Amino acid sequence: MKVLVAVKRVIDYNVKIRVKPDHSDVDLTNVKMAMNPFCEIAVEEAVRLKEKGVATEVVAVTVGPKAAQEQLRTALALGADRAIHVETEEVVESLAVAKLLEGVVNEEKPDLVILGKQAIDTDNNQTGQMLAALTGMGQGTFASEIVVEDGEIRVTREIDGGHQTVALKLPAVVTTDLRLNEPRYAKLPDIMKAKKKPLESRTPEALGVAVPAGLKRLKVETPAERKGGVKVGSVDELVDKLKNEAKVL
Amino acid sequence: MSILVLAEHHNGQLSDGTAHVVAAATAIGGNVDVLVAGESVQGVAETAATLEGVSRVRVADAAVYAHQLAEPIGDLLVRLADDYTHVLTAASTGGKNALPRLAALKGVNQISEILEVVSADTFKRPIYAGNAIATVQSDDPLKVITVRTTAFDAVARQGSASVEAIESEVTNAVSRFVDEALAQSDRPELGGARIIVSGGRGMGNGENFKLLEGIADKLGAAVGASRAAVDAGFVPNDMQVGQTGKIVAPDLYIAVGISGAIQHLAGMKDSKVIVAINKDDEAPIFQIADYGLVGDLFEILPALEQKL
Repeated sequence: MKVLVAVKRVIDYNVKIRVKPDHSDVDLTNVKMAMNPFCEIAVEEAVRLKEKGVATEVVAVTVGPKAAQEQLRTALALGADRAIHVETEEVVESLAVAKLLEGVVNEEKPDLVILGKQAIDTDNNQTGQMLAALTGMGQGTFASEIVVEDGEIRVTREIDGGHQTVALKLPAVVTTDLRLNEPRYAKLPDIMKAKKKPLESRTPEALGVAVPAGLKRLKVETPAERKGGVKVGSVDELVDKLKNEAKVL
Repeated sequence: MSILVLAEHHNGQLSDGTAHVVAAATAIGGNVDVLVAGESVQGVAETAATLEGVSRVRVADAAVYAHQLAEPIGDLLVRLADDYTHVLTAASTGGKNALPRLAALKGVNQISEILEVVSADTFKRPIYAGNAIATVQSDDPLKVITVRTTAFDAVARQGSASVEAIESEVTNAVSRFVDEALAQSDRPELGGARIIVSGGRGMGNGENFKLLEGIADKLGAAVGASRAAVDAGFVPNDMQVGQTGKIVAPDLYIAVGISGAIQHLAGMKDSKVIVAINKDDEAPIFQIADYGLVGDLFEILPALEQKL
């Protein structure tokens, strides 16, 4: 079966972000960018499905600026067979991305689409669900385990309070939780080989998708700073402060 | 303004989060309806009808809504949405699962995890793991919103809304419930607890979490964990507090053996009072803790339990 895996270029998760002085956005100039951690898990899972003989082809896709091709090359180095870059210079959020991915799904007809459960920049947690709804597929969100058998996929999902397992008819959409797997590192020979793998560029027009407008971002600000407090010397002092100063006990 | 709140419930009990979502709906203003979808949920509907500010509870009681799978709930919401300007639910795993389907099928953007209602079309929400707050405005005819429940105080239970059945039933041919494994606990639910005691990698192993449980029992607190503790297999993942786990804001949060990675802070930095117990006095957690105690947790925890 063919697996489509969507990846996003985001600010590296270790970077301490800065809000621009004009409050228009977070400052992304000269900041280290990387593949979204949840997307790395999605790529890893797709590659493992191929290694198990379940998947025959893994196609990586991203929506974004030219620079996002770097993350597609990373996906190729990790084991994806080919890549599709849907080029948009404007910032697109979940609904627009889901519609563009729907265009790619209509062309590629994958049996399974794997995405991360959320991007660590917008923290939306929407795209996979939206893509499933638009394409009429079932969804297995926040997956910590997947098993493909008898034309369906069993997805164990992390839910508040524990786990839930659902069975979905294929084709289906799965979004990854952190516990699904441990992504591998790309080795240098694989990075070299990835440069020769096919990477195709598409435009929203070529996919026949009218990109919807997103939410208006009026202001981005730094949250109220939390000040460090005091260090106490003993358990007695701690209990005393909690009882008499903070009054929370 | 006409607002629909999708209620959350488990095992015939209305989840506490719904009262917080109704508070957010009330802040937007207008008529507030609550939708209860599930199987054998009459009791849940009656509880929802007591929430202050709710004018009507609509009940979709059918086998197809059992376990609240996203596909049928999404389709049901699409059928009802034309009557409303806003559809809200909690930013829980259930809400995050179902609501984007409604947004996509109506062709509108979703506003995730709002912290504050600025006006009927403008909201504040966290981005970059809570390290920035964005004020966003939606021009869409329908506002589809998930609510960070810890950011809104629950409404009281003193209303008396009418309860009406919805006959319309959808079909679901794409997904099927297989089974569920829920962690058993007598302690308060993590999301709604007044006091939380959390352990990190510094706890060393799962057995040592008993030290936290003793304290939690004395305080009537819930026990949480950092991702490091969950990944190390000390405790199940539904105890995880953080960007990818639960977002909590209790009166008192006691972080034990937790260094304070930004991913963890995103889940608890809105707690009223934070206590850090850690042997490393350089740990980032001390930068946000109101009270810090540097030392060996294996000595501090038994002493603390004894003092309480």
